[in-house]
Amino acid sequence: MHRFANPARFLKIARPLTGWLFWPGLLLLTAGALCGLFVTPPDYLQGETVRILYIHVPAAWLGMGGWSGIAIAAVMQLVWRHPLAAVAGRAIAAPGALFTAICLITGSIWGRPTWGTWWEWDGRMTSMLVLLFLYLGYMALANASARQAQGGVSPVTAIFGLVGAVNIPIINRSVVWWNSLHQGPSITMRGSSIDMTLLWPLGFTLAGFTLLFAAIVLMRMRTILAQAKVEARMQRMARG
Amino acid sequence: MNQWAFVIGAYALTFAATFLLCLRCWRAMRSAETAAQKLSERP
Repeated sequence: MHRFANPARFLKIARPLTGWLFWPGLLLLTAGALCGLFVTPPDYLQGETVRILYIHVPAAWLGMGGWSGIAIAAVMQLVWRHPLAAVAGRAIAAPGALFTAICLITGSIWGRPTWGTWWEWDGRMTSMLVLLFLYLGYMALANASARQAQGGVSPVTAIFGLVGAVNIPIINRSVVWWNSLHQGPSITMRGSSIDMTLLWPLGFTLAGFTLLFAAIVLMRMRTILAQAKVEARMQRMARG
Repeated sequence: MNQWAFVIGAYALTFAATFLLCLRCWRAMRSAETAAQKLSERP
């Protein structure tokens, strides 16, 4: 991993990789969404609203996966002082927050016709809302310390990212620990309780959104590195 | 209750937000890398 500590070496790989992730991601996402909308049958109980599954689940996966990425980057920054880990943490925050918000909003839209309510203060929804607030706090801290941290995040922000990871298992187990309107775990290591006739496009949208997310993170890392380069050059020029 | 209205609303919101994020990130990246390139070409 330290081979990529050099930004020049990282950029050499990141430049072509951005397109390689983005275009297949877009293709998979489009295919999955079209199949989810027009090919799969409606659910016997939920009817057409079950199609929200194909965007709601990937959004939840990326919201939680994004924070897991922030926590891993924080460990790499604090333990191994990897210079790109601080940049990666900052780059993940905005798309992670957006997908968490999409998860909450699509869940609310799905809840209205299915449960008869837009919102319920139960374990799953509340812990997901807490995740969104954690993202907003992380972004505020990261922006406040960006100048001292040379574009990345400060050690304090990294510690915040690490502590906030406590919320991830809480979100995951919330439907088991507390009574909830939200359904229990339907996709586990032992298999899925969703029938394959409905489940298969989810693989496409999950893969598509994940590749797009990775491409967005790479774009944001390249932006941060280029801005840091400009900032350093301007400071050198100002000093003469 | 028309269920398709909820489905279309959820999809439209998700795709619009994802598209805008991609566009914003791509434009920010292009402008930052162009600025860095221009600066490095200066003597």
